[in-house]
Amino acid sequence: MIEHHLSIFTTSAFIENMALAFFLGMCTFLGCSKKVDAAFGLGCAVIFVLAITVPLNNAIYTMFLAPGAMSWISADFAAVDLSFLSFLTFIGTIAAMVQIVEMVLDRFVPALYAALGIFLPLIAVNCAILGASLFMVERDYNFAESVTFGLGSGVGWLLAITALAAIREKMRYSNVPPGLRGLGITFLLTGWMAIGFMAFSGIQL
Amino acid sequence: MQFGKKERETVLDPLFNNNPIALQVLGICSALAVTTKMETAFVMCLAVIAVTTCSSLVVSLLRNNIPPSIRIIVQLSVIATFVILTDQILKAYLFEISKQLSVFVGLIITNCIVMGRAEGYAMQNGPYMSALDGFGNGVGYSLVLMVVAFFRELFGSGTLFGMTILAPATSGGWYTTNGLMVLSPGAFFLIGFFIWAVRTWKPEQIEES
Repeated sequence: MIEHHLSIFTTSAFIENMALAFFLGMCTFLGCSKKVDAAFGLGCAVIFVLAITVPLNNAIYTMFLAPGAMSWISADFAAVDLSFLSFLTFIGTIAAMVQIVEMVLDRFVPALYAALGIFLPLIAVNCAILGASLFMVERDYNFAESVTFGLGSGVGWLLAITALAAIREKMRYSNVPPGLRGLGITFLLTGWMAIGFMAFSGIQL
Repeated sequence: MQFGKKERETVLDPLFNNNPIALQVLGICSALAVTTKMETAFVMCLAVIAVTTCSSLVVSLLRNNIPPSIRIIVQLSVIATFVILTDQILKAYLFEISKQLSVFVGLIITNCIVMGRAEGYAMQNGPYMSALDGFGNGVGYSLVLMVVAFFRELFGSGTLFGMTILAPATSGGWYTTNGLMVLSPGAFFLIGFFIWAVRTWKPEQIEES
């Protein structure tokens, strides 16, 4: 049991890293990685939101949307298949969750809100968040597995963006060819980091 | 519905001068993973063009009735509706390709190009111009996608649209396939070089850093 969850965690954090293996969350990944502090804050917010929304979407999917999922309400609904609504439901859940998390943090944990506040609305439209929910459906994770998967992919994304931000801070002192400055060199750096993360792919747990 | 100079510029500007991927850093998320083959990339491009055009049109039609405080969620619902339609059509007529695209059709919802054009252009402009703008940005995005897919498929597997161009060594040919191109880093390198090429050609796009 523990081994299974450990394996899901390491797979999602390192081997199938959201940012470097699936290109998810790239817009924020490239846009907000100029400073380590900001990148770290954003990464924490992503972990937080992923760990909440993936299990929540899992619960909604298994109870309402999957084929025949609503048979627990009444036997009449056993033939209902609402899975085509999953995109709309997932993005709605994510946007609503982000809003609620923002309000709760503002009310009860103002220090954390001040740190994460500006990043929370940004990640409502982060592909990594929606992507994780869609992968969760595609891979048939159950509720407990989806908690681990959400946490793991969040941690992987945090690692990737913090590392990239650290490299970019150093890059400021380098003499980059004019056409590559900014976006171009960042893409090349991300490519090299992706190669680095591929070293994890041999790990078997 | 005239199609004059202004309309032509709206469509052509996003191709090179203001390319959504190369200059605006939008929409890279959902797309790069589908560029290992030209066939899947092509279908993905059609899907994105359809979604950007339709959602820009509808958001622009609704723009005077959307309260500013909930505009993001309204835009997301419009976009999600069109993505669901696209996904259902793909599943019905192109099932094999829709399996290969897996979650990435759904991820068009959070594709920043679609959101960005809805928020940045369609909320301020009329329906006809917004649809043209959405179409232009969809095509600009497709251009980068097809260039990347061309190199990745040609050098990664020696084929184009599934037809063998460079006979790979694994099936008795002479060309040793470049495995890096099929893996994710290959896409990052190609986009990096693409941006380098575009900015060498159009030096006004070079960033100060």
